Amino acid sequence: MKLYLLDDAIISPLGFSSEDNLKAIRKGKSGLKIQQRPEIFKNCFYAGIIDELLLNKAFSKIAVNGNFTKLEKMILLAVHQVLDKNKNLDLTGTALIIATTKGNINLLKESSGFSENRLKLGDLGKLVSDFFGFTQTPIIISNACISGGLGLVVARRLGISKKIKNAIVVGADLVSDFVITGFNSLQALSSQACKPFSKNRDGISLGEAAAAVLVSMEKPQKSENISLIGEASTNDANHISGPSRSGEGLYKSIQKGLKEASISADKIDFLSAHGTATVYNDEMESMAFYRSGLQETPLHSLKAYYGHTLGASALLECIITKHSMLNSELLLSKNFEELGVSKPINVIRENQKKIINYALKTASGFGGCNLALVFKNEKQ
Amino acid sequence: MAVATWLWFLKMKSNNMPDQFYIQDWIRIKNGRIFTGEKLIFESTEKNLTCFLKACYDFLDIKYPKFHKMDGLSKLGILASEPIFNKYELTKETALVFSNNASSLETDLQFQKTTNTFSSPSLFIYTLPNIVLGEISIKYKLQSENAFFISECFQADLLKDYTESLLNLGKAPDVLCGWLDLQNGEYDVFLCLVSKEKNILFSEENLKNLYYAENEKPTH
Repeated sequence: MKLYLLDDAIISPLGFSSEDNLKAIRKGKSGLKIQQRPEIFKNCFYAGIIDELLLNKAFSKIAVNGNFTKLEKMILLAVHQVLDKNKNLDLTGTALIIATTKGNINLLKESSGFSENRLKLGDLGKLVSDFFGFTQTPIIISNACISGGLGLVVARRLGISKKIKNAIVVGADLVSDFVITGFNSLQALSSQACKPFSKNRDGISLGEAAAAVLVSMEKPQKSENISLIGEASTNDANHISGPSRSGEGLYKSIQKGLKEASISADKIDFLSAHGTATVYNDEMESMAFYRSGLQETPLHSLKAYYGHTLGASALLECIITKHSMLNSELLLSKNFEELGVSKPINVIRENQKKIINYALKTASGFGGCNLALVFKNEKQ
Repeated sequence: MAVATWLWFLKMKSNNMPDQFYIQDWIRIKNGRIFTGEKLIFESTEKNLTCFLKACYDFLDIKYPKFHKMDGLSKLGILASEPIFNKYELTKETALVFSNNASSLETDLQFQKTTNTFSSPSLFIYTLPNIVLGEISIKYKLQSENAFFISECFQADLLKDYTESLLNLGKAPDVLCGWLDLQNGEYDVFLCLVSKEKNILFSEENLKNLYYAENEKPTH
C-alpha cells in the first residue's frame, strides 16, 4: 500500500519555496550563519534562522503579521503554498497533521502580547486548522526529532486503514532561546557550522524551518510519482538522551521498513541520513547502515545546509529526497571532510546525476526513537 | 453496581464479533486514586505531586532507582505501566501510543526557570513528551513502535484509529495506548492494553466510557 507525495513547500533560511530551497542546495549555499546571544550563551554559535523581515513580507500577502507568532507564520505560509497549488482539494476530506517538538516555546520566556494558551500545541493545531477551514480535528505529533517523518507514517497508516484519504502533513520548529540553552547545557552545540560524518565534527547546529506536503492514497494523474511504500519506527530501549551504540533501533527500523517495501537493501539507490554531526549520532548511524548492508549506498545529511530543524527535519529531508528522486540527482553532503565514523559509508561529495528508483530516509531522536521510510519512484 | 453490569454487558456483546481488538485491561490514575480495571487499588490524600508519586511507587513496590531522576510525566508513565507489565507477559513488540494536552509543559516551565542560573541538561531532556515512552521502553525492555500525540482533550477516535492500524498492519501484536497528562500539578492518566484477547470491545465509545467513568462526564 502506497502513500503518494504530491505538492510540497519548504520555508527556511534557504528560501520560501521547495524550488528555491533546491536551487540553494545545488549551489552549495547554507542557511547556517554565525549567531550571538550573549544573554544566554557566551560563545558564538552557528544556526539557521529565518529572517523575520523577509518572513513578514511574504506572510503579509496571506494575512496580518501582528496576529501570528513567527512559527505560526512559517506553518501557515507553508500550508498556504501547498493548498494554493491544489485549489480543488476538498478540505473536509483532508486531514491536517502537524509535527513539532516545541511549537511556540519562545512565548514561555516572553509572551510578546500573545495569550499563554498559544504555547499549547492543541491551540496551535486549532489555529492552523481554522485558518484554512479544515474540518477534522488536527492530528498533532510531538515525538522528538522523528516527528516530521512520523507525520508521513501516521498519514500512511491511517490511509491504509481507510480512515483518511488525503492529508496535509506539516512539520515546524524554531531556533528558540529555550532549545539553544538546552542543547548548550548538553554540550551538544558545535562552535562551527556542523560537519556531519566528518572526523572533526563536534556537535549540532540548530535550524528553523516549516515543511509541508500534500499526501494521498490515490494515485495522482502524473507520469512520475514518489510514494512511501514501507516504514517502521523502533525504540532503542537503551538511553533517553543518547542513541544505542550498535544502532539497534535504527537497524530494526530499516529492516522492517525494507521488509514492508518488499525490497532488499541493495535496491536502495540513495539514503538520506539523519546526520546531526554529534559524535554519537553519526557513529550510531554508520553502525546501523553497515549492519543493514548499506555501506555502498550514496548518502547525505542535510544538516549543514539547514542545521537541525528538530520536528521539521525528517519531513523537510523527505521532501528534498522526493525532489532528488524526481530530478535524478544526488546532492552532496555539505561540510563533509574526512570520514569520521568507524564503519565505512559512502558520503556524497559532489552533486551528480543518478537515477533513483528507491530511496531510504532515516531519523532518530531523544527518547530512543528511530524511524525508517522507503520511497519508490514510479514512472509510467 | 451499574459500572459492573455495563462491563459485563460489553463483554457478552463482544463475544460474537470476529477479527476484533479488545481492551484487555486498563489503568486510571487521577485525584489521588489508582484503578486497575474497575478496581480501586490505591488511594491517597497527598496533595503534593512528588509525594503522591512516591507513595504510588512505594505502594506498587517498584524498586527502580532511575524512577527518582525522572520528571513527573515519566514517573506517571512508569506508575501506570507497572501493573500492566506485571500482570501480563507482553512481548518487546508491544507498541506505545500516548497522548495528552499539555505536552511536557510542566517540565518546560521548570527548565525555563533554571535558564537564568544553571541550565540543567538532565531536565532539558524531559522537555519532550515522548521521553516517557523511552523510559517505559527501557524499563520494560520494549523495542517497539512509539507515538506521542497532543490534543486539546481526550481524542478517542485518533487513539482507536491509530492503534488499530498498528495492529492490523502487523506493526505490533498489542498496544498500550491512552492519555497521560500533567499540568499545574494535576495528573490525569488513562492507559489501556489493547490486544486480541477477548474482553471489552476496543471501540471509540468504550474508550470514552472508560476514560470518563471515574471522571466527570464530558462537558462538551
